[in-house]
Amino acid sequence: MAIDEGLKHELRRQGIVVMKLEELYNWGRRSSIWPMQFGLACCAIEMIATACARYDIARFGAELFRASPRQADLMIVAGTVTKKMAPQVVRLYNQMAEPKYVVAMGACAISGGPFNRGYNVLKGIDRYIPVDVHVPGCPPTPQALLDGLMKLQEKIDTQHLADVEWYSRAAPREYPVPRFGPRGLEPQYNPHVWQPPEPTGIYLSSKPKEQKRTPTAATT
Amino acid sequence: MNDLLRPDATQQALQQRVPGLTLTIEGDALIIPADRLLEVGRFLKESEPYRLDYLSNLCAVDFVVEGAHLETVYHLYSMEKKHGPVVLKVRVPRDNPHQPSVVSVWRGAEYQEREAYDLYGIIYDGHPDLRRILMWDGFDGHPMRKDYVQEDQDALEERHA
Repeated sequence: MAIDEGLKHELRRQGIVVMKLEELYNWGRRSSIWPMQFGLACCAIEMIATACARYDIARFGAELFRASPRQADLMIVAGTVTKKMAPQVVRLYNQMAEPKYVVAMGACAISGGPFNRGYNVLKGIDRYIPVDVHVPGCPPTPQALLDGLMKLQEKIDTQHLADVEWYSRAAPREYPVPRFGPRGLEPQYNPHVWQPPEPTGIYLSSKPKEQKRTPTAATT
Repeated sequence: MNDLLRPDATQQALQQRVPGLTLTIEGDALIIPADRLLEVGRFLKESEPYRLDYLSNLCAVDFVVEGAHLETVYHLYSMEKKHGPVVLKVRVPRDNPHQPSVVSVWRGAEYQEREAYDLYGIIYDGHPDLRRILMWDGFDGHPMRKDYVQEDQDALEERHA
């Protein structure tokens, strides 16, 4: 049932708001997204700045950083996810109540960032948990994080109660926690969440290349 | 740096006081034979003019050229005399990297030796608790060694290549 936009506007001027229940529900959810209070690296400092008076994430209703995953709606993965930390991040995600969202904040959380070639860094948290918004930057400015939050709010606005994942019985939204293996994390990614992208050709030349050893020394 | 701590002066003092010891100088550092390390360490810590009671840094280096070896570098300071640093180096072969632990001399070496063991695989004999500190138990290999081949997460991105 669609109501005429002109009539809706006219009614609003008289103090009467007409909307679908779904819109009211989504408006409530998007206006009080409670993030989880945890940071992994330098991006967390920008996240703190976003929460403070100057940028004031409270303007978007997301000022209530909860120290428990049980009370949080949004996980802001703010910083480098090391392989040693990844299982804990996935476990925290599993412990959050539905509906839950994930923002990957910064180059490291998205792809490993400057540590992309390291032996100890996960190349993107989206290999294990579904990410709703990627916020690029190293670190992203508070404005960028707020923009990411607004993008998430737009996403919430478009969700339909009839077909949201967390009310359907089909997919359990709990993801297996990776284990520590002798070479790295096992499995290397969760195929339900992430698939290796189709080859573009630009990586092809780099594969057979022998890693060049420089004669300089590396220290701890 | 005062004259006492210059590598040639330290070399002279050590060779006079520790019998049968010959040291070589490399830059600002003294190369110590692995089996004499504890004697040298105790002397530098306890002898009056030095009193190097603080191990500021212990780190490892992997050399794959010019006679491949693993090296542990010690930076010593004195809190009592307010001087330093004295730099010591100990070299061990890459295939049998055993050398004494200095935890009995400088307690602060414990975690740093664990880190060097974890990342470079140098085995510090006499260490009270030599196990991995950064990587998890059950991790295979020592990732900062130059011949370490890490798991290829990139291969995922080239699955059809």
